[in-house]
Amino acid sequence: MEHAFFGTIGIFHYLVLSSLLFVMGIGGIFLNRKNIIIILMSVELMLLAVNINLVAFSVYLGDITGQIFANLPTVVSAAYAASRIISLE
Amino acid sequence: MELATVVFYIFASVLVFSALMVISARNPVHSVLFLILAFFNAAGLFLLIGAEYLAMTLVIVYVGAVAVLFLFVVMMLDVNFVELRQGFLRYLPVGATVAIILFVELMIASVASLKHPHEITAKAKPLTHLVPNTQAIGNVLYTDYIYLFQVAGLILLVAMIGAIVLTHRTRSGVRRQKIASQVARKRSDAIEIVKVKSGQGA
Repeated sequence: MEHAFFGTIGIFHYLVLSSLLFVMGIGGIFLNRKNIIIILMSVELMLLAVNINLVAFSVYLGDITGQIFANLPTVVSAAYAASRIISLE
Repeated sequence: MELATVVFYIFASVLVFSALMVISARNPVHSVLFLILAFFNAAGLFLLIGAEYLAMTLVIVYVGAVAVLFLFVVMMLDVNFVELRQGFLRYLPVGATVAIILFVELMIASVASLKHPHEITAKAKPLTHLVPNTQAIGNVLYTDYIYLFQVAGLILLVAMIGAIVLTHRTRSGVRRQKIASQVARKRSDAIEIVKVKSGQGA
């Protein structure tokens, strides 16, 4: 935990942030059982949390591969944005 | 506190607040708008950490496409806001319990994994800071991960074809040019030669 990206902000800050986002996504699915649109938005929040985690570890480990994997949730959510608008129509 | 730390806390707090508003706003349109705010703040965090390419992708793809499609769906559907809120308080205890347990577990896992940083750093290839972030991603994405890249493209292609197939409907009673049947038509189907004797043609 000695490794800091800048100043006092290290990997742990980003991990806490992404954990909070992920947990909020889970909670959003539970709370909005009646509203599928908000459930899908909660899934987007969880994907964003995963992205933040991947990028933070990519910078922490000095390995660009994490940022390449972080592209994949973007592709998947773009693909299912197309199918979502049909299934909800 | 130095500037970068302050900026991190600003982006992070706005991000968490807007995520909270996404799941608790009464109006789904407000939820979508807070989702856009959350994406912008996440892009700011990515910029802060040095991942410029992903920050720009986040703004373009998520804000430009995904969130706008959400807005489309929300505005096209005729939603009953009162009915949607039912069950919010009923599921609050179990949702909060699951969320808190999961958060504690994630924290335990993070702390435990960061206790031994040498094991994970030993496997990492160092980032070269000689090239910009986008170029560094491109160098690896189009060489080592080319199959990954192609499969991502195929997923998008499948989504596009699926969307077209699902929305395509053939309407009856529309006269439309059928090129295949025109091309397949033979001379014998179309014309008939009748030998007519002279003077009996009428």
